[in-house]
Amino acid sequence: MSNVSRRKFLMAGLAASAGISGLGVAAGLAQRYALVPPDSGGIYGPGETLTYAAQRVLARHSLAREFPRSMISKVPFANSIPPLNDAFRRLQEGVFADWRLSVDGMVARPGSYSLGDLRRFPTRNQITEVVCEEGWSYIAEWIGTPVLEVLKDSGILPQARYLIYFSIDPDWWESIDMVDAQHPQTLLTWAMNDGDLPVAFGGPLRLRVPRQLGYKSVKFVTRLTVTDSTKGFVSALDPKHPNGGYAWYAGI
Amino acid sequence: MLVRVTHWITVISLVALLITGVEILISHPRFYWGEVGNSLTRPLFQIPIPSSRATVPTGYAYVLPDQNGWSRYLHFEAAWALVLTGLVYVIFGLWTPHFRKNLFPASEDRTWPRFRSIMAKHLRLAPPDEADSRSYNALQRITYLVVIFVLFPLVIWSGLAMSSGFNAAVPWAVSFLGGRQSARTVHFFVSIGLVFFFVIHVTMVALSGFVTRTREMITDRAGRQGRI
Repeated sequence: MSNVSRRKFLMAGLAASAGISGLGVAAGLAQRYALVPPDSGGIYGPGETLTYAAQRVLARHSLAREFPRSMISKVPFANSIPPLNDAFRRLQEGVFADWRLSVDGMVARPGSYSLGDLRRFPTRNQITEVVCEEGWSYIAEWIGTPVLEVLKDSGILPQARYLIYFSIDPDWWESIDMVDAQHPQTLLTWAMNDGDLPVAFGGPLRLRVPRQLGYKSVKFVTRLTVTDSTKGFVSALDPKHPNGGYAWYAGI
Repeated sequence: MLVRVTHWITVISLVALLITGVEILISHPRFYWGEVGNSLTRPLFQIPIPSSRATVPTGYAYVLPDQNGWSRYLHFEAAWALVLTGLVYVIFGLWTPHFRKNLFPASEDRTWPRFRSIMAKHLRLAPPDEADSRSYNALQRITYLVVIFVLFPLVIWSGLAMSSGFNAAVPWAVSFLGGRQSARTVHFFVSIGLVFFFVIHVTMVALSGFVTRTREMITDRAGRQGRI
């Protein structure tokens, strides 16, 4: 082995070990600062982790764009919804007077709230865009109670890392990290534009996450679970999953 | 060596981006200008293909299967590969004489008469002379510069402008393009531009000897004869 090729070999070895240990350090830091999404395994894991980590590091607290009233879409597009079940129909007959939102998991005071209870919290209205992963979008005014208010009222325990939120449709739920759950624009929405939230748009209660795509904004929400693990609730590659194999993080 | 490695990673990423991009496009083959657009608003234009969503009025009586889950995963992973590779390549190109020597038109070519004569020669389909087999002419160099410094940055920017998280962090990046739907339309046309370049580029490589040129790009055999 000549001197030159030995030097090259050594340099390549050094570079490779520096690269590997660099990756190891990066992975450790990412774990420690909660920058790894639940669907980080598999062949698409590296891309997902880069996207999620980049957005959490660079734009953790940024606010979704809000628009002037003049930009509200005249005819918002109501995407198709799954058939409404009997439980929903019974509540609908009673004009949703008996609709309850229960909160459980890693909270000090599990409990449940009526729509009236939710309206008594500090509320927020915002004119934001709904963006579907398919490509279309519309702008509407959304009025609701920040999820943060409800979580504060229930007392979030320090080990909480995720919020799982369930629709009255038993096959429909989503989860977000506590950054988005506690984000001021993440709303338990009960009104839209000039009236109550229509059923076609998720009424009486939809959890809107405006920094993520539409599929993270679950309609007909009845339950919040605060947890430290999404295990059992992130089967992003399971075709039975409501997203049909869609990414957990939808900020892109 | 670095040029060749980054070239082939870019090729793989670009092919993955194109395939998954088409899959994503199929779920809503309508394009708009401005901030918003959906099946209830008037499109700028609509591609006359069936869609993978029943809610899109395509005129076709059937709906294609939904492939967006894995397509979106792969699209963004390939985008990361492309962006990181591109960064390495641009830093390398600025650090070394690569851009100056191989991509900026040679100093004697930076005059209009000279450029016109190269253009005329190209349009006459004149056979390449000795110099052409050793280096790129001004026309080729300008094309590469436009692809590297205009099309790629624009396709990355317009793609990022569609991300809800990125929009929240950098709102002007969207408004500068005229809104979210404008960004999507720009993304589409720049991608068409890249496909156009891709096709011409491969055709040129094929005309000048596909096997030889491709082998050179993989093994750098010609480089040892002082080509670059």
